[in-house]
Amino acid sequence: MSTRRDFLKGVLASGAAATACVTAAPAFARETKQRPPEALGLLYDATLCVGCKACVAACKEANNNPPEFSTVDHLWDTPLDTSGYTFNIIKMYRNGTMDVKDQETNGYAFMKTSCMHCGDPSCVSACPVSAMTKDPVTGVVGYNPDKCIGCRYCVAACPFGIPKYQYDSPTGRIGKCELCRHRYKDGHYSACAEVCPTGATLYGKTSDLLLEAKRRIALKPGERAKFPRGKLGGPDQSYETPAGKYLQHVYGEKEYGGTQVLKLSGVSFEKVGMPNLPPDAAAAMSETIQHNLYGNLIMPFAVLGAMTYVARRNVKPDDESSDKGEG
Amino acid sequence: MANNQHAAPAPIGGSLVNVVTLSCGVLIALLVAILAVRFLFGLGAVTGLNDGYPWGIWIVVDVVIGSAFACGGFSVAMLVYIFNKGEYHPLVRPALLASLFGYTLAGAGVIFDLGRWWNVWNMFWPGSINLNSVMFEVAVCISLYIVVMWIEFSPTFLEQMGKHDTKKKLNKAMFFIIALGTVLPMMHQSSLGTLLVVMGVQIHPLWQTPMLPLLYLLTAITMGYAVVLFESCLASSAYRRRIEMNMLTPMAKVMLGFLVVYLVVRIGDVLVRGALPKAFVPSVEALMFWLEMACFIAPLILIGAETNRRNPARLFLAGVLLMLGGALLRLNGFLIGYETNIDGAGGFTYFPTLAETLVTAGMFAIEVLGYIIITRRFPVLPREDVQAAH
Repeated sequence: MSTRRDFLKGVLASGAAATACVTAAPAFARETKQRPPEALGLLYDATLCVGCKACVAACKEANNNPPEFSTVDHLWDTPLDTSGYTFNIIKMYRNGTMDVKDQETNGYAFMKTSCMHCGDPSCVSACPVSAMTKDPVTGVVGYNPDKCIGCRYCVAACPFGIPKYQYDSPTGRIGKCELCRHRYKDGHYSACAEVCPTGATLYGKTSDLLLEAKRRIALKPGERAKFPRGKLGGPDQSYETPAGKYLQHVYGEKEYGGTQVLKLSGVSFEKVGMPNLPPDAAAAMSETIQHNLYGNLIMPFAVLGAMTYVARRNVKPDDESSDKGEG
Repeated sequence: MANNQHAAPAPIGGSLVNVVTLSCGVLIALLVAILAVRFLFGLGAVTGLNDGYPWGIWIVVDVVIGSAFACGGFSVAMLVYIFNKGEYHPLVRPALLASLFGYTLAGAGVIFDLGRWWNVWNMFWPGSINLNSVMFEVAVCISLYIVVMWIEFSPTFLEQMGKHDTKKKLNKAMFFIIALGTVLPMMHQSSLGTLLVVMGVQIHPLWQTPMLPLLYLLTAITMGYAVVLFESCLASSAYRRRIEMNMLTPMAKVMLGFLVVYLVVRIGDVLVRGALPKAFVPSVEALMFWLEMACFIAPLILIGAETNRRNPARLFLAGVLLMLGGALLRLNGFLIGYETNIDGAGGFTYFPTLAETLVTAGMFAIEVLGYIIITRRFPVLPREDVQAAH
């Protein structure tokens, strides 16, 4: 009886395959990617924001998006959250009597919600058809509707809840901030930063923005200081004003390996809707697993080889007409 | 030698018009009508999907759970051809048939859910594919596997059509097709779990772990055997055939073996990551976790003893529980334990709409109807003894 022996062979082959999987595991570890050196981004300073929402309107115009209504009279564009048609929004934090700005209890604060342009974006890793890509120079996470299959894995993957889908359309697209990359050739930059009256949203190279952010959190609250507006390193539009009371945390400096949009706030980031993220990007873990298992198809072919070998010995033609052709 | 002394497969025969097939027809008609609305007016017109829950039951139930239910063919083929247990051979064709339908429909179901389905060719276009994407791996493997399964099953059609030469030629290469048919499901069933990894902190710690591929693979295998138990019992009762206990009893033991390995990995992983305290926080997630675990542990009690495995009712119940457990593991990871941007916007809820649910029901109806038509008209189930047939 060779049945038992063949059975053992099968067990051995699959055992070997399983061991190969386990021992191969530490062979490749995909590190969290960092921002490119010339990465572009925004610095949002909640203490400077007055909640005028000029940036929301400018974003709509720059991206040709229709208004969205949340009031009965449908007079103004009043989106409540980012959506397939709203890529940028200012949200408000309220607590108790709402007396003091940027104060957690009995205070209020603003927070901008838009794409963070991660150094190691989950959406780019997730997208099966490279419709979501990260520019190797500017680091801008862009979207190409001509490739997109609408699977919405990017929507599910993003920890900031940014890529959004247009569910009301039979040809719905993904909508997200692309840092106004389509306006660069006309000498423009991110519309939200261009129109911001207080410099709460500032455009520039992320490395410069990070230095600016660190300068600000080092300021004493109330100390008069200069604050640039528009584009960091562009024409001087700066003004002088007392510094806000900052948390000693530049959001986006380390989160998920670093994002290109940075944020400063007086109220804890979790309270204003920014998730508490580890320094390692989820994309790194996902791709580590993916490439250890399937890198160059080494393991699938090894397992396939073992399976083919065993199957060749065991498969008998299942004809009732006794076919003696054994493999 | 693996013995081939089983009764050869034969068509069951009988009428194709009865209450079951007619109900299936109604459900399928509804599915077509709802999908027409979906393709004309968008996903929002018929589904409860939103940006907080971009994946609903069409993905989680029809594809993620549905394809795992369709692992019977893979699990049994592995038992017969890889572990060389020829005595289970009569189970291969019916299991493969159910898998064939499960997967083909899962593949088709994805199209309903794709918001920009006309671009789907990019999934196979070298200039577009993203090798880093887990979704890419899943999509390519599932597509390949569907083709492989149709080839694996084609002898059934060739037999009925009298094309014995073609069948003989095909049989010569069948060992390779069968090998592919075991590797491909291993790849994509594990990757269906890996899909969650990139979602990071949005997945509840009870279901977010680097071990996801192993957990999903092991449960896909146990679900495969469980589905075979379920189907064999159901087919026997519906077609008034003998239950193949001589095969089901030992197969259940193999299933329990995989189940024990799964439980060791699952519980070990939760302990090592320190996620266990989350299972004692009063929450929907904790409740669902224990429900899921109960479904996996109960079969050990139900059919752990050899004598209990000879009881068809217990086998059936254990099969149903393991199917449910695997389904819950997937539902919990993809929907119950998923929350977009935990600290942010929130306020998103998802519950499938009636139309959405009817489409899922319609998909199962296609499966059931297809299974009935093919088993009645093509040689799938083993020929019964004359006295048993009437």
